[in-house]
Amino acid sequence: MSDTPNPLPGRQMPHEDYLNASYGIRSWLLTTDHKRIALLYLGSVTFFFFIGGIFATLIRIHLLTPSGALVTPETYNKLFTMHGVAMIFFFLIPSIPAVLGNFLLPLMIGAKDLAFPRINLLSWYLYIIGGCFALYSFSTGGLDTGWTFYTPLSSVYSNSAVTPAVIGIFINGFSSILTGLNFIVTIHTMRAPGMTWFRLPLFAWAQYATSIIFILGTPVIAITLLLVGLERMFHLGFFNPAMGGDPILFQHLFWFYSHPAVYIMVLPAMGVISEIIPTFARRSIFGYSFIAGSSIAIAVIGFLVWAHHMFVTGESTYAALTFSFLSYLVAIPSAVKVFNWTSTLYKGSISWDAPMLYALGFIGLFTIGGLTGLFLACLGLDIHIHDTYFVVAHFHYIMVGGAVMGYVGGLHYWWPKITGKLYPEALSRIAAITLFVGFNLTFFPQFILGYLGMPRRYHSYPPEFQVLNVLSTAGASILALGYLLPMAYLTWSMRYGKVAGQNPWPATGLEWKTDSPPPTENFHVTPEVTWEPYDFKNRPDLGLAAGAPLPAPAHGDD
Amino acid sequence: MSEHIVSPKVYFTIFAALMVGTGITVWAAFQNFGKFNIVIALGVATIKATLVVLYFMHARYSPHRTQLVIVCAVFWLAIMLGLTLADYDTRPHDMQPGEGRLVQPTPAHFLSV
Amino acid sequence: MHRTGDLYGQFQTLEQQKETAALGMWIFLVTEVLFFGGLFLTYTINRSAYSTAFGIGSNTLDIKLGAGNTVVLIMSSLTMAMAVWSAQVGKKKLVGVFLIATLGLGTVFLGVKGVEYKQKFDHHLIPGRNFDMKYHPTHPMPGDDPKELALEKKEVEEAFAHDPDINAHGQLYFSLYFGMTGLHALHMIIGAGLLVWLIKGSFAGRFTPQYNTPVEVVGLYWHFVDIVWIFLFPLLYLIDRHR
Repeated sequence: MSDTPNPLPGRQMPHEDYLNASYGIRSWLLTTDHKRIALLYLGSVTFFFFIGGIFATLIRIHLLTPSGALVTPETYNKLFTMHGVAMIFFFLIPSIPAVLGNFLLPLMIGAKDLAFPRINLLSWYLYIIGGCFALYSFSTGGLDTGWTFYTPLSSVYSNSAVTPAVIGIFINGFSSILTGLNFIVTIHTMRAPGMTWFRLPLFAWAQYATSIIFILGTPVIAITLLLVGLERMFHLGFFNPAMGGDPILFQHLFWFYSHPAVYIMVLPAMGVISEIIPTFARRSIFGYSFIAGSSIAIAVIGFLVWAHHMFVTGESTYAALTFSFLSYLVAIPSAVKVFNWTSTLYKGSISWDAPMLYALGFIGLFTIGGLTGLFLACLGLDIHIHDTYFVVAHFHYIMVGGAVMGYVGGLHYWWPKITGKLYPEALSRIAAITLFVGFNLTFFPQFILGYLGMPRRYHSYPPEFQVLNVLSTAGASILALGYLLPMAYLTWSMRYGKVAGQNPWPATGLEWKTDSPPPTENFHVTPEVTWEPYDFKNRPDLGLAAGAPLPAPAHGDD
Repeated sequence: MSEHIVSPKVYFTIFAALMVGTGITVWAAFQNFGKFNIVIALGVATIKATLVVLYFMHARYSPHRTQLVIVCAVFWLAIMLGLTLADYDTRPHDMQPGEGRLVQPTPAHFLSV
Repeated sequence: MHRTGDLYGQFQTLEQQKETAALGMWIFLVTEVLFFGGLFLTYTINRSAYSTAFGIGSNTLDIKLGAGNTVVLIMSSLTMAMAVWSAQVGKKKLVGVFLIATLGLGTVFLGVKGVEYKQKFDHHLIPGRNFDMKYHPTHPMPGDDPKELALEKKEVEEAFAHDPDINAHGQLYFSLYFGMTGLHALHMIIGAGLLVWLIKGSFAGRFTPQYNTPVEVVGLYWHFVDIVWIFLFPLLYLIDRHR
């Protein structure tokens, strides 16, 4: 039941949508339409993904031989640093919130736009300016401090372009803060009539939890990096032991943000999974309120565990015990989600479409990544595996196997809504499997390498580790193919893809009740929500009712 | 935020209270209360800040949501300060910052690049 | 999104717009709490490690100027609150009067800060190559009270005996002093800019009982900046006055 007009008959492109509403570069660079801003972000984060990917490629090629095949030790330090900075600050953190969150949030809650459209555009410009500073740093001397900027290397001794890099990350931080602010306020005040908190899609809950972290965490790294920059520029001594400063204080301040930052990277991906699974299992999500609550729980508890990054760098034993215990606690809400997704799949009517393949891959890989986090949280074990490839594998399982798969899966899932077109299904399934295989071949050997003792951030290694390193590099080439394929066919589909229609999967969210692509004002008539979320049995307005046959998902190559 | 219009009388009363608070802070600073000097200073500052938040910023008359936002800000600040200070406070004496003399690094102390 | 009258296109009602703007500013202030909070944490760790240096560093600050500035800033919060009230009850002319008063008091605050900073420069207390806590007691300047200067000299010599690295630790104090008050002053300058924008609007008669959100929202920001100073003043100026 709703006020929205009937969907266009058959599958048609709408006459006027947000893409053709106005033309010219000014209409894009000065837009305040959240959908266009999302696409601006899509272009920019993809660019930085390439930058980070190039550094990763160079790293993996260099590590083909024990003494280092490609670059000098100093350059190697720069490669892993710039890979980390580009990927974390300029790709992973903005990716799902700024691309999918920006595009979908107003649609999902029935609003015309976010609460502050002009601030949304400012966020993008801050991202770009921050990115320019980072690129300037990369190209004038690079950065060799590690993405963690530990002092006094970063504040005193490093000869690389630290100051422009920290300025860039500082400015980018404000981009994040404003996005988080926009999302929180939007969800509080801009919901359509009938869209109560417990009718919100779980993606919205995930964005809300992520935004809490944006607001509370990002300012701390902003001030920390500002202090590092000031220390470097004016020879101050906050974090320099030779001047009475304290490097551990830097680490406390840095990780207070950077640990919750990893939840910024994974919570939105979990939100994507919570949307994909019900749609392609044709079942209501199991335990909606537990998944919603666990998102908030992860955001909150995630702020209580930061010093587990400092077990061996000088914190007190009592602090280490406390943070170890709290780190075990934070695994619980994540586990709740995994159980609930799995329960949703049980006795569902599964379609093996690309978004579902990415979601299933997420569940498996995130579980491995998350459980290995518990290995690291164990104090005795951490002494042996801290700063080894075990850690590298752990976080790549979550960040790549988890967050990036969630991002790519989400792009596929909402691609018909964003562009109005379908992508070729067979090719997309091949790409998903390629990515999964390539990923595991790249990073599973790294667990073994780390456990055997290979340190991270080292440009060379003992010869007995070579086989595993070669396997990892081989996997990386397959992984790269897994990324390039979607970039190719998704771009292709924008011009040549089959028309998607309003609701190709079909799915139950409010975003699927408007045209694909949506009009600039999102809905021709403000919707009024009278249904519960993920209700596949009781949505006659979408052709979904108990007893009625479930329509198959539309495919681009039918 | 709300239709409740706070009267100038309230504002002037709070202002007077803030002036008294400032006076107490300065007076107390010149007395020797030992360890309690800092407690008094921060305590009075907290009371003054609370008055500003409640009355000048209308938090008293704001929706519960706004009040929750304020509580969260203070709570998170407390987490950051509390857990970090807990680390420093539970370290053995020789691992405290400020222990011992400053050592200037000599070239032998770091790797040649 | 287009604007019709005071209502921006993404909103359904003026009430929704007002609620949204206020919530937005409160959330922004939360980020500011955590932003300054990092500095307060740095201050806390350093003060507990170097209490001697922090004590004599603090004693070089002019308590009359500091307390005076505190009064000035709290007064500006009062005038800001009165500006909001004036808009709420429809006294359009008073809005401009109170906003100008707020701006004036803020400017006085910044002026006094400038005087204090200059004094630190003259006394070789800016962190860097020329930093020397012994400089001022051994190089009297015109206008110095000789008794106070002698007291300061004695204090500094005692401190050096107690903590030979006091110049390094004192630099930490002054780095934090300039960092925290500098960041605070930057926020005040931004606030001053916002006040100028509001004053322009008030002269154009923009703020009425139906629409006074910008005044309310800038007011929230201004009060927050005041609160930061309410904490900065005792923490920086009043550390060790009772010796």
